[in-house]
Amino acid sequence: MIDWLTEPFVYGFMQRALGAAVLVGVVCAVVGCYIVLKSMAFLGDALAHAILPGVAAAYLLGVNLLAGALVAGVLVALGISLLSKTGSVREDTAIGIFFAAALALGVVLISTMRSYAADLTHVLFGNVLAVSSTDLWITGGLAAAVLLAVLLLYKRLLVVSFDPVFADTLGLGVGWLRAGLFLMLAVTIVVSLSTVGVALVAAMLVTPPATAYLLTRRLPVMMVVSALIGAVSAVAGLYLSYYFDLSSGGTIVLVATGFFILAFLLAPQRGLLWRKWRHAK
Amino acid sequence: MPDLLELREVSVAYGNRIALDSVTLGIAHGAQVAVVGPNGAGKSTLFKALVGLLPLTRGEIRLHGRPVSEWQGPVAYVPQREEVDWRFPVTVYDVVAMGRYRPSRWLRRLNPEDRRIIAESLEQLEVSSLASRPIGELSGGQQQRVFLARALAQQPHILVLDEPFTGVDLATREAILELLKGLRAREVTVLVSTHDLDLASQRFDEVVLLNRRLVAAGDPQHVFTGRHLQQAFGGQMMVVDGKVIVVDQCCQGGREREVGR
Repeated sequence: MIDWLTEPFVYGFMQRALGAAVLVGVVCAVVGCYIVLKSMAFLGDALAHAILPGVAAAYLLGVNLLAGALVAGVLVALGISLLSKTGSVREDTAIGIFFAAALALGVVLISTMRSYAADLTHVLFGNVLAVSSTDLWITGGLAAAVLLAVLLLYKRLLVVSFDPVFADTLGLGVGWLRAGLFLMLAVTIVVSLSTVGVALVAAMLVTPPATAYLLTRRLPVMMVVSALIGAVSAVAGLYLSYYFDLSSGGTIVLVATGFFILAFLLAPQRGLLWRKWRHAK
Repeated sequence: MPDLLELREVSVAYGNRIALDSVTLGIAHGAQVAVVGPNGAGKSTLFKALVGLLPLTRGEIRLHGRPVSEWQGPVAYVPQREEVDWRFPVTVYDVVAMGRYRPSRWLRRLNPEDRRIIAESLEQLEVSSLASRPIGELSGGQQQRVFLARALAQQPHILVLDEPFTGVDLATREAILELLKGLRAREVTVLVSTHDLDLASQRFDEVVLLNRRLVAAGDPQHVFTGRHLQQAFGGQMMVVDGKVIVVDQCCQGGREREVGR
């Protein structure tokens, strides 16, 4: 049993994979709490796809793919918040426009390439086994920055997401905080590229927090539980993908989904079966 | 004593629709004022403009003789219940504690003074026993009290309540009226919007009758006249046996109010 647990990590690439997967599981799960509570899942998905042209451009220019993704993510996040701030376009419309335009740009850029490089499919679906130690350092640094921002802005983000009207009467810059949240979201998505990829990052942003929401009643507890679920899903998913030779990103998301289904059925008070059972008694 | 709150020709428009048209009004320090008028009369708009949530199209609002935008702390606003996300995972205590948040001390934890004020506010609205419950599990009346407790914890100079009596039980209604009584001693100026004309005439010092424009303001006897009510409510009013009957339809079904004259 011990051997079974330690065997994968005699390899350096597996150690880096574990580090990256856990970091991503935790950061996505914490930032995702705001996404789930504010019903912004669409935004998360849109931002993830909008990063594609940045990655493609970085590939064409021969610079670090993460850096390209970061620039694109930040630009799109600010663009959406500016466009919806003018008030003439609804936020979901603004998101839809940016999402589609960025994705189209990404497709066009990629179509100029002679061959679809393996690197780009890694961007779409993640390849945690190919994480270099530079990538791991960048991921760690960005993850730490996002978590620190969540900690420092905790009260403000709590008020703004729970009761934006009240936040406004307190003289909080509601628009700035929203832009900040978009920015944190963009960075989080970039951090997750190598692990679960663009196509699956939305799941890591939504599934663990949605699970934690069913199990808890206060935001700080929800964040901690969500982070735990994210981390455990990452570790368990990595083991499964190692032993059964499965896509690591896909397996991690499926494990998280399994946790959600369990909570959906069994959570005290809110679970489906729990309520049925209480009702029957 | 000079007016605490002055509105000078205040207009607010949503796009082309004028919600509030050139309202000029003075409210004395410590007064308790009921704002009444039909649906769409601009009551909520007036309140939102007061607390700086809506930009004025024209005119200005002054508080203690200075533009209201220069103030932030002293106005506490309790929105209509529909405007709050009740599924958010916060407890009653968390919500009331938000009343102690101040822009200059976001990073500091609550000090003993804050905790005392929070406990007192919970006590006064009789929701102390609910402190650790998630707000989503409370009844409508209890939720309303929690938001009043938060407003109280802000220790405001002006308390603005939008429809606090709508959709709450009798006990909560009484609790709110008790609270307003208690605020007299602290000289807090109170503005309340309501559809209950009886309540407005009996429990408040002043009434502001609104229908996009200011119809009348002052003590209830002088505001609630047939002519004024006709102006404000128009077709929703009729005269039966020399009595004026206003049918003010609010959110649930509608209630008939009789105002003798």
